[in-house]
Amino acid sequence: MKATAAIAINVFRESVRDKVLYNLVLFAVLLIGASYLLGQLTAGQDVKIIKDLGLSATSVFGLFIAIFIGIGLVSKEVERRSIYGLLPKPIHRYQIILGKFAGLSLTLAVNVAVMAVALYAVLFYMAWGVAPSVQSAWDAPALDPALLLAIGLILAELVLITAIALFFSTFSTPILSAALTFGFFLVGHFSDDLRHFDQVVDSPAAARLARGLYWVLPNLSQFDVKARVVHGEPIPMGYMALTLGYGALYTAMLLGISMYVFSRRDFK
Amino acid sequence: MIATRAAGVPGVAALAVLVVLSVALLAGAVRLEAVRERAYPASADDEDAVYVRSGTAIRRMSGAFSALAADVYWIRTVQYYGGLKRTKAPETLAPAPPLLLTPLQYQQLFPLLDIVTTLDPRFTVAYRFGAVFLAEEPPGGPGRSDLAIKLLEKGLAAQPDKWEYMEDAGFVHYWYRHDYREAAVWFNRAADVPRAPVWLRALAATTLARGGDRRSSRTMWEAIRQSDFDWLRANAEFRLAQLRALDDMDALQSIVDRLGKGGAPVVSWRALVLARVLARVPVDPRGTPYELSGGRVQLSRSSPLWPLPVEPS
Repeated sequence: MKATAAIAINVFRESVRDKVLYNLVLFAVLLIGASYLLGQLTAGQDVKIIKDLGLSATSVFGLFIAIFIGIGLVSKEVERRSIYGLLPKPIHRYQIILGKFAGLSLTLAVNVAVMAVALYAVLFYMAWGVAPSVQSAWDAPALDPALLLAIGLILAELVLITAIALFFSTFSTPILSAALTFGFFLVGHFSDDLRHFDQVVDSPAAARLARGLYWVLPNLSQFDVKARVVHGEPIPMGYMALTLGYGALYTAMLLGISMYVFSRRDFK
Repeated sequence: MIATRAAGVPGVAALAVLVVLSVALLAGAVRLEAVRERAYPASADDEDAVYVRSGTAIRRMSGAFSALAADVYWIRTVQYYGGLKRTKAPETLAPAPPLLLTPLQYQQLFPLLDIVTTLDPRFTVAYRFGAVFLAEEPPGGPGRSDLAIKLLEKGLAAQPDKWEYMEDAGFVHYWYRHDYREAAVWFNRAADVPRAPVWLRALAATTLARGGDRRSSRTMWEAIRQSDFDWLRANAEFRLAQLRALDDMDALQSIVDRLGKGGAPVVSWRALVLARVLARVPVDPRGTPYELSGGRVQLSRSSPLWPLPVEPS
């Protein structure tokens, strides 16, 4: 446990050293700039658009971090041959995987938390001094606590994507890992099409295959409640629990496979 | 340390040269761009083009970010409409002084709104904005009340309990199609929705009983003025000002007719002012003087309120 935590903290420090958190500055500039410009362009929809923009940017920046750092977690150690320094130490291989995963998840959590604070700060600024009659036209209040539900699910999705990237990085090259992880991200958001594939094809076999893929591939679209939250639609706690549970189990499965593959890998 | 400092001097100089050179090159590029824009301005067709017209296709491409894509198209819609109207108050989107635009010039309005509402089917303001401005007669809009109704029905398919869309549909039938029976049906339908305002039922009754007269129009616009949307309120204020102008013109016409019967026809406001019938030259609610031509009181074509709505005979 101690070794895992040490590796995790090391991954986090390395991310900070690699200036990964610079994306937060870009995020803040994007939101502040947009909040200044949107009021002139959107016919009263500036708060909605800032929410959409903030949540989407949180998701996109996190996605890039999860993929581009996740794919290098193992392969970079192998490329730099630093893995040979780690292996003789009294650390299990599974601890390396767990530590790497926990470290990147921590980086993502810090990132998402800071972005959430920035988003709320910008929304507070935009709602400041706005007449109640105007605010009543908004689908949801500017400082809607429900935004945290969407942000929580974004983080859960990013953690799952990290697990996918880490899984591929245990046996593949960084470029291929990035392509495959991004492919999983895309497929994961089109899972509804796989589910209803039988409506567009005549072949029962193809429909069965699509239905099978629907169940096996990660269903990432369920983590996307951004639009619902922005429009003030309630997200039931049952939905949150089931989705987070799904994310936890799928992540655990990927980590399990990653640990197995990594423990069997021959570094000679 | 000394070596580092010694190396630092040329380093600073090199950086200064780099900054100056970069600024000079950027300034040159900006200058060339400005010259190119003046020499070869972008054609209006290029600016207005909606290359991908299928909202479904865009939704597929935007995946988890379709709401953000809807926002982008919404901003484009507002810019497109606002650009056409060249309004001085873009945040209100109230009808601006006439520019003699043709329905063809608004041809991208519906495709843009259709894309926005396909990307984000709960984008309330897009349906309501569309209903008002698609139905608007030229030169203020394309005069496509059919598309306005189509858009609202699309909104109702996504949110069947949205009484505001039903109210807007009634309003389109009332104001643009002069179909008061259908308008009353929509107002009643809206009133049936739980938590809809009580005045909708009264509006339906008034529409059915006195549809088209100025009093019932005023009732409708005053109801719309209660809207939460700034631009909808501004539009209602504008229409109420038009109705006030119609009232003013009727009152002035009766004065002109009365004085004209007694002798020479009244040909100018000045004569009425000198005769102390009027305190000053009468102006419409937006401050433009009314015109008096051939014994008829008219709204000036330069008035922001022109053209006035057609009233049923």
